[in-house]
Amino acid sequence: MGVSPSPTVFEPVAQLQATPQGIYSKKKGQGMSNETPLWEVFIRPRNGLAHKHVGSLHAADEALALSAARDVYTRREEGTSIWAVRSDAIVASDPARAGQNFDPAEDKIYRHPTFYDIPEDVGHM
Amino acid sequence: MYSQGLIGADGGSEETQEFLDAFQARIDAEEKIEPTDPMPEGYRRTLVRQIGQHAHSEVVGMLPEGNWISRAPSLKRKLALLAKVQDEGGHGLYLYSAAETLGVTREQMTEELLDGTAKYSSIFNYPTLSWADMGAVGWLVDGAAIMNQIPLCRCSYGPYARAMIRVCAEESFHQRQGYEIMLTLCKGTPAQKEMAQDALNRLWWPCLMMFGPHDGDSAHSEKSMKWKIKRFSNDELRGKFIAATVRQAEFLGLTIPDPDLKWDDSLNGGKGGYHHGEIDWSEFWRVVKGDGVMNVERVEMRKAAWDDGAWVREAALAHAAKRSAKMAAE
Repeated sequence: MGVSPSPTVFEPVAQLQATPQGIYSKKKGQGMSNETPLWEVFIRPRNGLAHKHVGSLHAADEALALSAARDVYTRREEGTSIWAVRSDAIVASDPARAGQNFDPAEDKIYRHPTFYDIPEDVGHM
Repeated sequence: MYSQGLIGADGGSEETQEFLDAFQARIDAEEKIEPTDPMPEGYRRTLVRQIGQHAHSEVVGMLPEGNWISRAPSLKRKLALLAKVQDEGGHGLYLYSAAETLGVTREQMTEELLDGTAKYSSIFNYPTLSWADMGAVGWLVDGAAIMNQIPLCRCSYGPYARAMIRVCAEESFHQRQGYEIMLTLCKGTPAQKEMAQDALNRLWWPCLMMFGPHDGDSAHSEKSMKWKIKRFSNDELRGKFIAATVRQAEFLGLTIPDPDLKWDDSLNGGKGGYHHGEIDWSEFWRVVKGDGVMNVERVEMRKAAWDDGAWVREAALAHAAKRSAKMAAE
């Protein structure tokens, strides 16, 4: 689109609620206080690699979240470290503004090395 | 499980044709749909129903096998069974999480299972009467589940497809440990082999029913195929399952309890396939509608687990609230 991002593009989006593996618009009547909170789980498969999102679970607090994450997501040596993050603590970009946010990069091909012509005789660069 | 999830699904919606066409174009281009993307209400409802039922099947599916943990014949078998049942619980969690991305809560889904609104796979309403059933369940029930779940790894809905990839990776051990139990029994005494044959006799037809009604009678299949939630029809998957299983049964020296089972080179566009005997659909519908041998007990067990665990959930939340209040005060 080539539209420059408006200054408000990354303002937190009102009425968003975290759900497992994603964020969707909050609907009326949801989010009862007696529901056990939702957590997102990130696992580092081994040192040298980044923690990666593997899924979600419900737990009352940090200790129970880590304990459940260990039981559910690392039963087959999948990881050496776990992060658990309350889903409602995640700030997400507004999907309705994905175009404004991400399309401007589309026509900036000069940011890629292949945009520049270097004669073959120069050798590998 | 799975295909049965479409029974009674309401895939209808009231969006404009333009919106529906744009959505279909994304599906046709093999784009994945993520929770924040616009989607027809019918697509969302179909997925909530199917994923919810799939999750319930995993959780209720722990019961027939949990039944045998304390009576497993060796420590090795007990360890395998414990690990398998624990996996099923995990699979239920992955699937509930995927359904929750569509705007239903875990509490809502649990209530629907307990009050009978939501279904689970008909196969779990059959009893597990002997140790050989642990072999047959792993070999056949998990085998049928894998046949259904592998194409679901390519489902158009991202969170469901991702959950299925994890499930399939873990499920393969389930089928192999089951087949190994059958192998051991079939190499054992005549009485043990007879036990294995008896388990196959009882579970064969209910396993074929797991794939759901014939294509012509499966009202909502067509829409699910168009939306690429489903990739193969019920009869196609059932045919693949039979073809894979016949050889495995022959190796065990067991007889599949269907005198009409016959290979035909001309089926599947020349690739060949099996004709099978008539499935007793009246039994299938009876079990789906709640009248199987174990329907009442399965739901009672789930309800007892939910009710008996209520104080634990409440205590954990109270403890968390108290601790965070204390931390805020410091």
